[in-house]
Amino acid sequence: MSAQEAAAHAPAEHQTSTGLDNVKLAMWAFLGSECLFFGSLISTYLLYRNRVLDGPRPHEIYDIPYTSVSSFVLLMSSVTMVLALAAIQRGDHRGLRIWLLATAMLGTVFIGGQVYEFTAFVEEGLKLSTSTFGSAFFVMTGFHGAHVTVGIFMLLSLVGMSMFGRLSDADGPRKVELIGLYWHFVDIVWIVIFTVVYLIPTN
Amino acid sequence: MTQAGIEHSPREEEELAHHPDPRQYIVVGVWLAIVTALEVAIYYVDSLQDIIVPFLLVFAFIKFFLVVTWFMHLRFDSALFRRLFVSGLVLALVVFAIVMTIFLARGGAVPEIAGG
Repeated sequence: MSAQEAAAHAPAEHQTSTGLDNVKLAMWAFLGSECLFFGSLISTYLLYRNRVLDGPRPHEIYDIPYTSVSSFVLLMSSVTMVLALAAIQRGDHRGLRIWLLATAMLGTVFIGGQVYEFTAFVEEGLKLSTSTFGSAFFVMTGFHGAHVTVGIFMLLSLVGMSMFGRLSDADGPRKVELIGLYWHFVDIVWIVIFTVVYLIPTN
Repeated sequence: MTQAGIEHSPREEEELAHHPDPRQYIVVGVWLAIVTALEVAIYYVDSLQDIIVPFLLVFAFIKFFLVVTWFMHLRFDSALFRRLFVSGLVLALVVFAIVMTIFLARGGAVPEIAGG
């Protein structure tokens, strides 16, 4: 096949002024703004975590071994996500669906763990309105959990699109990469939360 | 040009040429697991409690860096994506610095929240 024929058969690609994919550029701009969003929530938590007039204090309530396992689960979901991307880049749709389902399952395990943790905290006397520590903790981790939940729905949508032939070999990898960027972002936010919120000792 | 018989646009071909292969992804995943294990292990070492914060921050930075560079492909993609993301990170750190400056300027007193 000549170079001209190859160019004619290549998937259609919009020309942009940057030479980059505009949707991917928008995703990175969105993730940059999300850094600011979670940065504000984490800053607020750090400011208020020692302000406990009523209810349990952070070091009395955190279960580090339990949270370590759920952090590990979320971290490994990033590995399965990149393996899903690698699969569709090879044109392996079955592999894509297996790795996407594995990622969604690991995300669901993480969310299940968070629901259990929240329930345990409420039973131990820490509610959203108990103290400013409680408010800051539940708002920050709750927003993170909401992001993970949205990510799970997006992963399952990709699985559905793949099953019904809506992910073509031409634009499928790009769609999977965009959802992957979002998924890895919620993972790196948790990397920061796990260290700053759970592991660094309070006064 | 094709990979496994699939037609890719020239831009996708260029990106694919730089993306890691599955084996490299798994190696990065193993390193992430090792760093997480170290992070949790030093949490329980009593003799390190006075200097634990720098260790934990370094471990968190390593994990953050590995995910962003290898899994999010910032190591291989356009510098413009990197600049957008780093801008957000820097702004977040500026917000944090402003909050802490206000906190210290008030002598460590936490601003009141209604009902708090």
